[in-house]
Amino acid sequence: MTQKMLEIKDLHATVDGKEILKGLNLSIGAGEVHAIMGPNGSGKSTLSYVLAGRDGYEVTGGDVLYDGESLVDLVPEERAAKGLFLAFQYPVEIPGVTNMIFLKNAVNGVRKQRGEPELDAMEFLKFVRVKAKALSMTDDMLKRAVNVGFSGGEKKRNEILQMAVLEPRLAVLDETDSGLDIDALKVVADGVNALRGPERSMLVITHYQRLLDYIVPDHVHILAGGRIVRSGDKGLALELEERGYAEFVDQAAA
Amino acid sequence: MALNAQTIEQVRDLGKYKYGFETEIEMETAPKGLSEDTVRFISAKKNEPEWMLEWRLRAYRHWLTMKTPEWAHVHYPPIDFQDSYYYAAPKSDDDRPKSLDEVDPKLLETYKKLGIPLEEQKFLAGVAVDAVFDSVSVTTTYKKQLEDQGIIFCSISEALQTHPELVRQYIGSVVPYTDNFYATLNSAVFSDGSFVYIPKGVRCPMELSTYFRINARDTGQFERTLIIADEGSYVSYLEGCTAPQRDENQLHAAVVELVTHDDAEIKYSTVQNWYPGDEDGKGGIYNFVTKRGACRGRNSKISWTQVETGSAITWKYPSCILQGDNSVGEFYSVAITNNAQQADTGTKMIHLGKNTSSRIISKGISAGKAEQTYRGLVRIGPRATGARNYTQCDSLLIGDKCGAHTVPYIESRNRTARVEHEATTSKISDDQLFYCRQRGIGAEDAVALIVNGFCRDVLQHLPMEFAVEAQKLVGISLEGSVG
Ligand SMILES: Nc1ncnc2c1ncn2[C@@H]1O[C@H](COP(=O)(O)OP(=O)(O)OP(=O)(O)O)[C@@H](O)[C@H]1O
Ligand SMILES: [Mg+2]
Repeated sequence: MTQKMLEIKDLHATVDGKEILKGLNLSIGAGEVHAIMGPNGSGKSTLSYVLAGRDGYEVTGGDVLYDGESLVDLVPEERAAKGLFLAFQYPVEIPGVTNMIFLKNAVNGVRKQRGEPELDAMEFLKFVRVKAKALSMTDDMLKRAVNVGFSGGEKKRNEILQMAVLEPRLAVLDETDSGLDIDALKVVADGVNALRGPERSMLVITHYQRLLDYIVPDHVHILAGGRIVRSGDKGLALELEERGYAEFVDQAAA
Repeated sequence: MALNAQTIEQVRDLGKYKYGFETEIEMETAPKGLSEDTVRFISAKKNEPEWMLEWRLRAYRHWLTMKTPEWAHVHYPPIDFQDSYYYAAPKSDDDRPKSLDEVDPKLLETYKKLGIPLEEQKFLAGVAVDAVFDSVSVTTTYKKQLEDQGIIFCSISEALQTHPELVRQYIGSVVPYTDNFYATLNSAVFSDGSFVYIPKGVRCPMELSTYFRINARDTGQFERTLIIADEGSYVSYLEGCTAPQRDENQLHAAVVELVTHDDAEIKYSTVQNWYPGDEDGKGGIYNFVTKRGACRGRNSKISWTQVETGSAITWKYPSCILQGDNSVGEFYSVAITNNAQQADTGTKMIHLGKNTSSRIISKGISAGKAEQTYRGLVRIGPRATGARNYTQCDSLLIGDKCGAHTVPYIESRNRTARVEHEATTSKISDDQLFYCRQRGIGAEDAVALIVNGFCRDVLQHLPMEFAVEAQKLVGISLEGSVG
């Protein structure tokens, strides 16, 4: 058996002493795109935070292996340096810090940890401009403070810009499609698809099958009650759209 | 020179003067303690004109009647003013560290982080600097360029010899010797400082900075600076240094006076990074400064920008007296206190002329168990028709053991005046920290980035070369503030 890029094994995790993930199993191979769907409050964002190593999200059982090594004891920036990226469901505002400066700090932060030299400022500027343009983002947006005064859709696009610049190996996208108009959805999906490749894997969290028309997943999972209760191919998303979560939630409770 | 001879005569004739002048000249340090003799000693040592000595003595006698101010939100044990030396000649090279090997490695580490060139590191750490760096060649090139335009830029001691009439006209005209306890003390015993005069219509062709940094050595604990911008002139002046400066003197009581005439502008930028002491504040500098500018002329402008990260205790209110009609005062401040540091800082904008305007942007950052107070006064006089003030005061707290206080005083005696005040207090949120760290930015770098963003409105008013260093300094001064 070839080694998976990500292997989540019987993962239990608590937030403020409350168990949210209750024995979650999931494997993602290199180059694969997996979608996770599930009702509100089922633990999707919690899973993304646990993967990213957020303080306060405690792993109480099981393990998360990335390239065969456990991530559990690593701080968030170490995981980022290993190529893990999380597009936030609610992107955070950082007043006074321009997008450009933020991106530069992020890339150099990762490079520093990897023992690579800092990027040349001019080269980097050019590189970012190309990526921004592909996402229909203006230079003006690069000069504005991170997410401050951005519309919901602009914030989501900004997440994808950061992903495009950081070129992660494993990207977790938490409801990146919510709040996007139809054109923006297409732009973002194109941006994500442009990053698809044999060495890059993605975990796409969404409520809507529509996104999966654009970003076609290799596998679809249903998360309910802190566990994966069903897995299938992209047909599963269509099935869900028709029938809702009711039967799966029952299954989780059982 | 006639003047010097005269002073020497006078000092000799002073019956009270205990020490013969001839022997005194060999003494490098004034006797311990503060008395009229100390004041006379200092003045004589500098060959000052008689009026200067008289002025110092008046200040000294007035000081005897004053009490240490206690209104500021800072705490420290009483200072024994008789247990200090008030004059010490610049250290001879024999007393200095011979090389950087003899300097505290922690200090050098900080210099390295700030990217300060090696030669300059030596200078800052007080190492006996080799001839090339210390040579007067650098300074003379500058001096020549400035002299060609009629700009006077020298130490105040030198100005007292070369341009005594100018010094006499302006010294104490903005901060009178009776002003406050520490300013009065300074007036009596000031050691040295800078003197700048920009003639009519001249725009100073350079930031008066590099020059200052090279010459700032041993100006002592009672620094006195006087800057005059004559009609239609402009100067940008940079004080201090981003590198933590060592000093054996615990008390620093400086006075800075600025004067602008019609259509003139002075931009005064400070980065204050005196030793803050250890984590409990032990050994840190007490920085009690009086800085004030008078916009005497119409359409004149004085702009203070400060980044305060050092000292155990900071007590400082750079102020503007807006006398000329349409004159403008600005105060942009970043104050960072970490560990046991205390700062009580702010500004005073005194509107006297018509249509005067002032703008105050203050950013206070507290971490550790530090305490910080913004204290600001906006006073609108009865003649100040159409005066305007805008004040924005933001505090950022890191952790939950530190404190921030905002004390705005507004006194308006003119109905047409408009005064606006906004204040916010915020914390670095876990969301922001996690967001940065998820992107690969380490926790301490993330704090530095977020705080720099918070200070942006102020930092962007610093001259470029200073701004870059100040940004790094923000990060360094907050090291260890996140667990
Ligand atoms: N700090 C906390 N204390 C207690 N419960 C929490 C805390 N944070 C999250 N939860 C709970 O954990 C559960 C899972 O939340 P999570 O955000 O992971 O859901 P989700 O699947 O992403 O939902 P949505 O589709 O609405 O985004 C929710 O019931 C939520 O209320
Ligand atoms: Mg969610």
